[in-house]
Amino acid sequence: MMMKLPTQFQDHRHVWVYIELEESQVNPVSIELLGEGRKLADKLGAQLAGVVMGPPKGGGGGPALEEAFAYGADLVYLVESQLLTNYRNEPYTKALTDLVTIHKPEILLLGATTLGRDLAGSVATSLKTGLTADCTELNIDSDGSLAATRPTFGGSLLCTIYTLSSRPQMATVRPRVMSMPERQTKPVGRIIRHELTMVEEEIATKVIGFLADNRSDRPDLAKADVVVGCGLGIGAAINLKHVGALARTIGGEMGCTRPLVQKGWASSFRQIGQTGVTIRPKLYIAAGISGAVQHRVGAEGADLIIAINNDPHAPIFDFAHVGVVADAHRLLPALTKAFSRLMPLRERQLCELRVKAYE
Amino acid sequence: MHIVVCIKQVPDSTQIRVHPVTNTIMRQGVPTIINPYDLFALEEALRLRDLFALEEARWLRDPSRGKVTVVTMGPPMAAQALRKALTYGADRAVLVTDRRFAGSDTLATSFALSCAIAKIGERFGPPDIIFTGKQTIDGDTAQVGPGIAKCLNIQQLTYIKRVTRIDHLRRSIDVERCLEGGTQFIESKMPCLITMLDGLNTIRRGSIDESLRAARSSILTWGVADLGVRDVDKFGLKGSPTVVKRVFAPAPRAQKSVQLGTANKTVRHVADELVAWISSHQPKLADGPLSKPGA
Ligand SMILES: Cc1cc2nc3c(=O)[nH]c(=O)nc-3n(C[C@H](O)[C@H](O)[C@H](O)COP(=O)(O)OP(=O)(O)OC[C@H]3O[C@@H](n4cnc5c(N)ncnc54)[C@H](O)[C@@H]3O)c2cc1C
Repeated sequence: MMMKLPTQFQDHRHVWVYIELEESQVNPVSIELLGEGRKLADKLGAQLAGVVMGPPKGGGGGPALEEAFAYGADLVYLVESQLLTNYRNEPYTKALTDLVTIHKPEILLLGATTLGRDLAGSVATSLKTGLTADCTELNIDSDGSLAATRPTFGGSLLCTIYTLSSRPQMATVRPRVMSMPERQTKPVGRIIRHELTMVEEEIATKVIGFLADNRSDRPDLAKADVVVGCGLGIGAAINLKHVGALARTIGGEMGCTRPLVQKGWASSFRQIGQTGVTIRPKLYIAAGISGAVQHRVGAEGADLIIAINNDPHAPIFDFAHVGVVADAHRLLPALTKAFSRLMPLRERQLCELRVKAYE
Repeated sequence: MHIVVCIKQVPDSTQIRVHPVTNTIMRQGVPTIINPYDLFALEEALRLRDLFALEEARWLRDPSRGKVTVVTMGPPMAAQALRKALTYGADRAVLVTDRRFAGSDTLATSFALSCAIAKIGERFGPPDIIFTGKQTIDGDTAQVGPGIAKCLNIQQLTYIKRVTRIDHLRRSIDVERCLEGGTQFIESKMPCLITMLDGLNTIRRGSIDESLRAARSSILTWGVADLGVRDVDKFGLKGSPTVVKRVFAPAPRAQKSVQLGTANKTVRHVADELVAWISSHQPKLADGPLSKPGA
């Protein structure tokens, strides 16, 4: 790809990862991005920097700094201000835009979370630069440009996008799309502090409250190692108990397709796919799911995909590793039994109790 | 109250097929729809208009009830989407269309729409709220809403479930915003731009009256020249920092899936076979979650 980069952008160097904090904990997507950012920086022969923003805590940013260095950052830009206590678009956009203008990164990556997408959109527009959303693959081209690949048309196609005439090249990546890098024990390295020049009166919004979702109602599908998913082929809401029982038995979470959420059979936190959660489990069992592209994009990162469908031509068999042409209602309970036969007696009894409680 | 709603006409992505040889989208015969998320935005706008019409007439001595203006940028055919929005109850419609908008990425689209909204403001009074959908189902970027807000230099409120309160005198608005871990309650100044989530409302069915009115209403059509921007290089391909270099179909998995036969076998047999297969191919699982059931 030929670049005609205007001269004012030619001194843009280095790869940056925005480190998203959730109550001063680093969001795992930022760690995945540090891993990816490290690879890009190495290909460019550039440095990798983390950007940490939040309220002042004294002692310099706390655990986020340690994490950034442990997962590969060479340096960290740190902005601390009382105005950054809760995420609000204006002060965060101002801080990040100013940092970019002063320190000129070549590439800036953010997680495609609610926060990351909100922030990335404003920062890119302020800087009048390109932003590629929800990338599934990032690479450095032979001439040093960022090649960002993302699904489009609901996942039916992929496209590779370049930002040619402006800098930085910005991209967001959804949680769990990139793999988690190894943690290294490294001391906290170079930190560059930046002052946020803004006052409360310049900010149009106030956060007046926050209501956390009920944890018991909120499965963490994205982090589950085992997911048992079901679709309309399950037939009726009552049959979900077979799915739940299998998930419980093998220590997994239950997931579903969008129509089940629309019918009110399952909560939207369980929906896997383009408009739901991206999962990356070691094992995904998909029962009665046709495998529409919108579902596929959220599920195909699983290490092992087992599909159960009574239609041998269902598209899910195109991306499953193992296909079983069978009736899901009958096979699911049998599978639960087969798994529990593998368990030692005591565990099996405990598990049966749990499954009963679930029903 | 004046509310502007940005909508987009998109191909119904559930019906899209990809040409097996050329890897292009086969649009022929694929119906177009209003981007589903935009319908939630439109409904919220109509709901607020109706809710506050009375209050505005009574307390603010503003006899002209609130108005909802829908705007879209697209090919001339996108007028269909606007007409549909009128039948749902929008008051006026603006089509922003010009060859020179072709190839716009999210930045150039945000810029063009923000120019159109500024002009709508000049013609019909400044908007109090601008609504967009959370994202489109063809591009999926969720970038145009924030882009418009930044171009207009107003507050953006993304992933909003609902508007809970509007205070006309203080020009403030309360919204519920959906985050990964729960719901955030935000108070903001107006004007602001809101991107709407799906789910909490359903678009009304237009009345026959409204359909008749929609059929009669004219749709304002503006091109580049109407937007009053000297630097036309900010639109379309030239104004787009991103370039799509390659479009391709996702690679099929190199290996076809292993089919476990079910003919002449009992369910128990198939289940045992499947469990054996999983255990042998995913040894990591055996000392992982599978060994800690129900954990
Ligand atoms: C904008 C947009 C976003 C979307 N986002 C998502 C998303 O995030 N996630 C998502 O999942 N969908 C999403 N969808 C919907 C998606 O297009 C599909 O409609 C949906 O995934 C299909 O769900 P399904 O497989 O459960 O149902 P169906 O497509 O109806 O498939 C049911 C399957 O079950 C099989 N079956 C029937 N009976 C049995 C039986 N007894 N035993 C075994 N198999 C049986 C059938 O052969 C069939 O293959 C989205 C759509 C749009 C337009």
